[in-house]
Amino acid sequence: MTTTAPEAGRSPTGERPRRPGRRPLTLRRRESRAGLALVTPTLLVVVAVIGIPIVWTVVLAFQRVRLATLRRTGLFGELTLDNVDRVLHTPGFADTLWTTVVYSAGGTVGSILVGLVAALVVRRPFRGRTIVRASMLLPYVAPVVAMTFVWQVMLDPQLGFVNDWGRRFLGWDAPVPFLSQESTALWTVIAFEAWRYFPFAFLFLLARLQAVPGELEEAARVDGATPTQRFRHILLPQLMPVIALIGVLRFIMTFNKFDDVYLLTGGSAGTEVVSVRVYQFLTARTDIGAAAAQAVVLAVVLIVFVAIYLRFFGGRREEA
Amino acid sequence: MDRDRIETVSLRWLRRLVIAAFLVVTLLPFWYMLVLSVRPIERLLLDPGSLLVPFGELTVATYAEVLKSVEDGGQGFLTFIRNSGVVALAATALTLVIAIPGAYAVSRLRFFGRRQVSALFLAVYLFPSIVIAIPLFVVFTRAGLRGSLVGLVLVYISQTLPVSVYMLKNYFDTIPVSLEESAAIDGAGRLGIIRRVSLPLAAPSVMAVALYDFMIAWNEFLFALLFLVDRPNRWTVSLGLSLLSDGVEVPKTVLMAGSVILTLPIVILFFASERLLTEGLTSGAEKG
Repeated sequence: MTTTAPEAGRSPTGERPRRPGRRPLTLRRRESRAGLALVTPTLLVVVAVIGIPIVWTVVLAFQRVRLATLRRTGLFGELTLDNVDRVLHTPGFADTLWTTVVYSAGGTVGSILVGLVAALVVRRPFRGRTIVRASMLLPYVAPVVAMTFVWQVMLDPQLGFVNDWGRRFLGWDAPVPFLSQESTALWTVIAFEAWRYFPFAFLFLLARLQAVPGELEEAARVDGATPTQRFRHILLPQLMPVIALIGVLRFIMTFNKFDDVYLLTGGSAGTEVVSVRVYQFLTARTDIGAAAAQAVVLAVVLIVFVAIYLRFFGGRREEA
Repeated sequence: MDRDRIETVSLRWLRRLVIAAFLVVTLLPFWYMLVLSVRPIERLLLDPGSLLVPFGELTVATYAEVLKSVEDGGQGFLTFIRNSGVVALAATALTLVIAIPGAYAVSRLRFFGRRQVSALFLAVYLFPSIVIAIPLFVVFTRAGLRGSLVGLVLVYISQTLPVSVYMLKNYFDTIPVSLEESAAIDGAGRLGIIRRVSLPLAAPSVMAVALYDFMIAWNEFLFALLFLVDRPNRWTVSLGLSLLSDGVEVPKTVLMAGSVILTLPIVILFFASERLLTEGLTSGAEKG
């Protein structure tokens, strides 16, 4: 074979130049071509189904479009700031944005705290550890529709066991409609969020905990540090970069969430987050322009949050 | 006793207590779902606090009702299962066909824009799906693709692709290049190397990614809701369950049977893939 010695690159290639008569391509260029060829299908799908729609949403946000008038509007119809203006000045929008922030922050903090406790308790081997660990991951992998439905029934004032037990054992006077009264709905949704997504934090934190060298803790123990002191001064500093990373990931994901809130409350009782509002505009009001404008606001707010976050925490992580 | 001793002993007990509490909190909703799915609705209304199936109440009529087709007086979940299965399997297969070469390229080959590709995938993964949903809703409405499972498969591929490429890339990274180099010296071409060397080595990981993709597609809700809502015979299990539970006509116990049907495949696949995932990780370690 004519294959060159593979020390030229990380990658071996067996392809021979296809066009005799021309100067053969260098190994490097052939590699580059093969790379582009192999990655093209992936890129095509992502650009077609995600890239173009994102750009289009931005365009739609500046157009006057309703589902009924859709056929008459081209991609580059006249542009207007109407939607953005209308959206920013609609009474409910500021509330929705605030609800989204509270919901995201609450869900993020809750899931990380619960996940941290979970990671700490299953850190050391014990009998049945594998099965305990697997069970703890279940809320995260199970279908969201089934989980929200079970929570709804569980908390239901008539059918649910929570209210039955609350009245029998805790002396509640009346059943609590957790998901339909303003004072509890948002907190219930946040609790659901913490319950469903703590496994995400748990997995990352457990992996990091297991990588903490045993000598560190051993040394601290010899120096007389108690278990809580060892956690505070040895483990926690080791975990901080991971916690920061999970924090930003979870915040972004919760900020974008539609399913959980929509399925639990439908956005009623003060739980309307931006995604749910966009959906309502899109389907109930068929006001595509306004829906797109709100989606763009959602994305922009998200990007701003992440930028601020990276500004304050990104540098520190690189130093660590 | 000094502080260290007190803390050690109390934390040991606290730890057991917390583990037990975690087990209860994570598993209780699943248990509750199972219990309710085999109780008749009249009994549930009389005694909502019971977490066990009282003797003599056990019934599987709920499952019969939820599975039977609408014409036979059921809820038609068999059709939903078929729809979900077809969509999830098609999305998984197509995702793998596209993602394997892509991930290989990102892992092994130096080409123009390689780094940007990885960053792009992360950005796509974290982007709000509701933003993507609006134009897709518009396009699908216009093209008459709303209500078509093909359109849904296409969207699901785009949802699973970034994660799959990312996971597969990590697995390919763990395969020693030297193995591929020896294949190259033996005269294998690029595609031959992927098919005969890299892919068999990554097989457990590919399987794990496939299961993961299947779970994402099976669980998905938003796009199914946007595209299929007016076509009851095309509903997926997730969509069917959520739409039926909005109304009051269908008893909750019957819907609980529906949610057991929705959850069970995922739980089974999860326990299967958990083992696969750990195996995939260990077999990916260098073997010389």
